[in-house]
Amino acid sequence: MRPVYMISGGITKFAKAHPEKDFRLMVKEAYDAALQDVPDLSKDMIDGGVGSYFSDHFTRQLKAASMAHDYLGLCPKPSKRVEGGGATGGLCFQSAWEAIASGRMNCCVAYGFETMSRVNTWKGNEFIALASDTNFDFPVGGFYSGYYAMMVNRHMHEFGTTVEQMAMVSVKNHLNALYNPYAQKAKRLTVKQVRESPMVATPLTMEDICTMSDGAAVCILADETIAEQVCDRPVHITGIGSGSDAMRMADRPHGKVPLLPHEQESDYARLKYPGVHSFRGGRMAAKLAYEMAGIRNPLEELSFVELHDAYTSSEIQTYEDLGLCKYGEGGRFIEKGIPFMPGIEYGLPLPDQGRFPVNPSGGLLACGHPVGATGLMQAVFAFWQLQGTIEKHLDSPALQLRDPRRGLIHSHAGTGTYITVSILERT
Amino acid sequence: MKHSETTGKPVEKRQETNGPEGAPLIIQDHYEIDYRHSYAQDSPFFVGLSEGRLLGSRCTGCRYMYATPRAHCMECGAPTTWEALPPTGRVHTFTVCYYGGESFLKETPFLLVLVEFDQVNTLFLSRLKGVPLEEVHIGLPIRPQFSDTPTYKVTDVWFEPIDRS
Repeated sequence: MRPVYMISGGITKFAKAHPEKDFRLMVKEAYDAALQDVPDLSKDMIDGGVGSYFSDHFTRQLKAASMAHDYLGLCPKPSKRVEGGGATGGLCFQSAWEAIASGRMNCCVAYGFETMSRVNTWKGNEFIALASDTNFDFPVGGFYSGYYAMMVNRHMHEFGTTVEQMAMVSVKNHLNALYNPYAQKAKRLTVKQVRESPMVATPLTMEDICTMSDGAAVCILADETIAEQVCDRPVHITGIGSGSDAMRMADRPHGKVPLLPHEQESDYARLKYPGVHSFRGGRMAAKLAYEMAGIRNPLEELSFVELHDAYTSSEIQTYEDLGLCKYGEGGRFIEKGIPFMPGIEYGLPLPDQGRFPVNPSGGLLACGHPVGATGLMQAVFAFWQLQGTIEKHLDSPALQLRDPRRGLIHSHAGTGTYITVSILERT
Repeated sequence: MKHSETTGKPVEKRQETNGPEGAPLIIQDHYEIDYRHSYAQDSPFFVGLSEGRLLGSRCTGCRYMYATPRAHCMECGAPTTWEALPPTGRVHTFTVCYYGGESFLKETPFLLVLVEFDQVNTLFLSRLKGVPLEEVHIGLPIRPQFSDTPTYKVTDVWFEPIDRS
């Protein structure tokens, strides 16, 4: 496999609705923003593209990626669409990586979008729930927030995780986003406000759950030759991994934890895994990505993580899948302040604040979740973070970490059915 | 696909923006569709519900027992046979939904439960009824109830607490 680099990225502002732009124009905006940062990249150097969007129901246009591809002027170069629920963007990023690593392409554009504003929120929830088993799951509740709520209730039962710990994730991510002009829903919240916002599915409130969005994001990936030629500070993609689990939560086994190098079997002697409290696909994705990147202790060897926090609960569950802490310790991980940003006042006692920032951008909770764009958005934020260009792109230095060397991005679909982990490193 | 009479009717036109180029035209465009959905190899489960029986699947190879049926085993790939689930189970986890997908909003609040059964390896998703919301807890003993007027959907079965039903 050849080394693969990310050489540029672009994002549109994520918003509840962009009625003045269709998906093609949103992608074009993100693409032009990405091209602006690599002026020496000419169109003839681009070999093809991969399009990413989740739902044909939201778009009401089949083969919409073909229309984005022609709008970008990339015809007749190779093109395809990647779809994998909430992990669509992460899978798209890895598909572009595969094109370069295999030698099939020297430069590939990964572009993603979603236009979720075309239906009301509850019809939108129905569309999303169609990504659960339509014989056995959808007719019973048809509501993803309900599925995640059942998962976290079991996490609370197994490990003693609290709703206040979950609310701290909401406080952190919404407040980080105050410094991110691309975010849809930035605000200062208290734990009390999160708990007192309308209950959606016990124990998840409105402020525990991300919103629906319109938006697009673009990543440009290249081989070493092009990266050196057109980009001052390319970022090396040193590890990719992905995993899966059964579509029906009810079918998940109760077995053993696949261990990371810094864990031992005795850590989990009595834990039945994954049950419905953990994401086995996330552990598999992390394990494969760490093996490729040569990471043995993620908390020590990574500088930050941008992860898929569609729910505050899934951020806590994901700390554990990624091995940032042991299974069962996710609640205490946030309570100690470890994943908060350094140098920002959150109004909470945080003894270990800023030791290992998670979702500096504000994550899905605050940035929004235009599904096909989300995983690519995370890559763009991680790329700017590693390049040291956060201030240039966000008009504020507040979210720029000092000397980040290696970051992880994590994309997640339907109660953990597809999960991707990619490792990005400064060159 | 059937287009309704409302198709093409403008519902919103933004006049506040400058000039025709800045004013998106938004129309209401209705569509609906009837599917011919086959339960295929899962059909006996739904027929079973209409006869008051809750059927799971047991693997003919490794004997793994599934509460939610499937015709082939995820563990070893062998075919499964139909086998009745135990008459009672327990709440493995639950949630009270105060919102839902559009077609379920009128039913809120409703209780979702994953049901666990003794000697069965996997769980079953259902609704829990006949219990005050605040009395539901993990481990609560429950048993299935069946609709007298089956619709051949998985909602032909739901669960109720044993001591109340």
